[in-house]
Amino acid sequence: MSPNTQDATVRTSESPRLRPFARVRDIWAFREILLNLIRKELKVKYTKSVLGAAWSMLNPLFYLAVFSFVMKVLGRGIPDFPIYLLSGVIAWNFFSGSLTLATRSIIDNTSLVKKVYFPKEILPLAAVGTCLVDFAIQFSVLIVYMVVTGYSFLGWNTLLVIPATATLMIVTVAISFWVSAVNVTYRDVQHLLNLLLLAWFWLTPIVYASALLQQKLNEFTVGGKSLFWFYFINPMGAVVLGFQRALYGVVAPEGQPVLADLSLGQLWGLLAIVGVAGLVLLRFCWATFFRRSGDFAEEL
Amino acid sequence: MSTPAVEIDHTTKAFRRYKSKPTSLKARVTRRKVEAEEFLALDDVNYTIQPGTAVGLIGPNGSGKTTLLKIIAGVLRPTSGMVTTRGRIAALLELGAGFHQELTGRENVYLNASILGLSKRETDRVFDAIVDFAELEDFIDTQVKFYSSGMFVRLGFAVAVHVDPEIFLIDEVLAVGDEGFQQKCLRRVNSFKEEGRTIIFVTHSVDQVRQICSEAMMLTKGVVHASGDAEEVVREYRRLLLTKDVEYATRRETHQIEISGAQLLDKAGRPAREILPGDPLEVVVDLEAVEAVSDSVVSMTLHDQHNVYMYGWSTEDSGVSLDSLSGKARLRFRLHALPYTSGKYWVTLAVTSRDRKTVYDLAEQRWTFDVPPISSNPPVAYIHTDVEVERL
Repeated sequence: MSPNTQDATVRTSESPRLRPFARVRDIWAFREILLNLIRKELKVKYTKSVLGAAWSMLNPLFYLAVFSFVMKVLGRGIPDFPIYLLSGVIAWNFFSGSLTLATRSIIDNTSLVKKVYFPKEILPLAAVGTCLVDFAIQFSVLIVYMVVTGYSFLGWNTLLVIPATATLMIVTVAISFWVSAVNVTYRDVQHLLNLLLLAWFWLTPIVYASALLQQKLNEFTVGGKSLFWFYFINPMGAVVLGFQRALYGVVAPEGQPVLADLSLGQLWGLLAIVGVAGLVLLRFCWATFFRRSGDFAEEL
Repeated sequence: MSTPAVEIDHTTKAFRRYKSKPTSLKARVTRRKVEAEEFLALDDVNYTIQPGTAVGLIGPNGSGKTTLLKIIAGVLRPTSGMVTTRGRIAALLELGAGFHQELTGRENVYLNASILGLSKRETDRVFDAIVDFAELEDFIDTQVKFYSSGMFVRLGFAVAVHVDPEIFLIDEVLAVGDEGFQQKCLRRVNSFKEEGRTIIFVTHSVDQVRQICSEAMMLTKGVVHASGDAEEVVREYRRLLLTKDVEYATRRETHQIEISGAQLLDKAGRPAREILPGDPLEVVVDLEAVEAVSDSVVSMTLHDQHNVYMYGWSTEDSGVSLDSLSGKARLRFRLHALPYTSGKYWVTLAVTSRDRKTVYDLAEQRWTFDVPPISSNPPVAYIHTDVEVERL
């Protein structure tokens, strides 16, 4: 339903089939709610804290401090470790932050869901949108840091930011839809998700060198192919590799392999495949959300 | 006829009441069977609302009024049937839906207005009017957590009445705030009506229905019990409430004594449809005691066409004892001179115990008579007046 139409709106028992393009128009008509919810979320998050928006910068700095220390203790450090870590962690923070916030988005807005009509997708989207603002802040801080320290990263590789960000968005929105819808019925999804995210974080080469992952997985083959290629069932793997190559840039600084040894073309191709798979996933998760959203008001 | 604003077509809504609904994956896995019972919140409701009509939805608690409103608003889905709406809907199911404690009044106005479907630009335009309506000029930049509940509600309503809907759904929210603010809200709703917007209005207050609505629908247990002309429906609702038992079809009249019939007689003793001002009216009541009852009182009341209570009298008031009434009896209420000058009047008869707690029989507004107007501008009351001239 668009709020400004004279067209008849028909409500029946059947959950209407999801037609993504028409649905995007519906959501667009309610974009003011989306923006206001994001604004509200940020405001509430930051007005009560002394440091305000600085918190979103403190988070990656904290990661940096902890993991730099650990890496120092373990020896074999990655050259320019802060930049390596942050280029992956920023994308990961956006992903895990969005999912965590989105999972609770429907039940946290019970009064809205029960009392007002609007496309319910707005709620998980607002969660993702809120994290997107943090993502933008953290990303800018990293760029400033690299410029200030004189780290050279600009080149053709930098363009990888585009497919990596796009794929990250698609995958995040898709899973956000799914977890937020399912968490309405089964409230332990949020706890399960936290455990899953913890495992997922360590399965993704963020703290350790992605070259190491490639090297280990290359020891195995499935059907004549290196296991490394099957690794990208984890969509965040491709996303993180993309960001690392775009920002950290060098595959083997000082002769030490750090990034996975893939050409720029291979990375583009990989991100394209994962992105398209992400779109299929999005279609599926969205349909699930859409089908269930008609019953949210009753289940809450 | 123009295209209806709202069409409710064989709409049924069943809710599942789970005895033990699994709310976690763990429970889902470990428990096999989910026991649920269904109950019908709405049962085959049909109604068509023309644009510009104000419809009051009345009925006892749990009769499905709010469910119907939520289906029209799109918050709930019907189980079967169809609801078609035309035009922008603003649903006031809750005042200040989405208000956030940490935000200021100003921020909440924008948030709430967007939820109700206003764009930022539209909100900018009506912002001052909203603040003015809510009478919160001095507090608009204060966080709403510091508001009193009255202020909160005033701001919520102010936003709601400044959205520009074609169809306005209101759920019992007018029952808020102080008397003055309530009147202000009612005036605003009335002006909505005059602007030709469609209003659907859930309330417990039949007075509000009569003030605002031309049509009404009364639901009992999800079934349309009466619908159409607001006055008629309100009368029916009053009748239902008077039986003290709001569950339809199980009126708790004991029928130990029954009103077997009644007649209205004019001054000539003929059955009367019309009583002239100042004329007497005789209400003849035939009673039949099925069982001997020791403490019965028969009362008669008059309501006018607006359902306003006009007059009431009982055997007790006259000091007439009906003790140990058995078999048949005929009772006459003689009203010596009716003071009414015009309009339609309804007669209700009731046989109750002396403490009014037991209703033996009730005949609510079953008889009627008209009083023809004595002039084109009828006064409130007819007073029998003699004029005498004395030549000195």
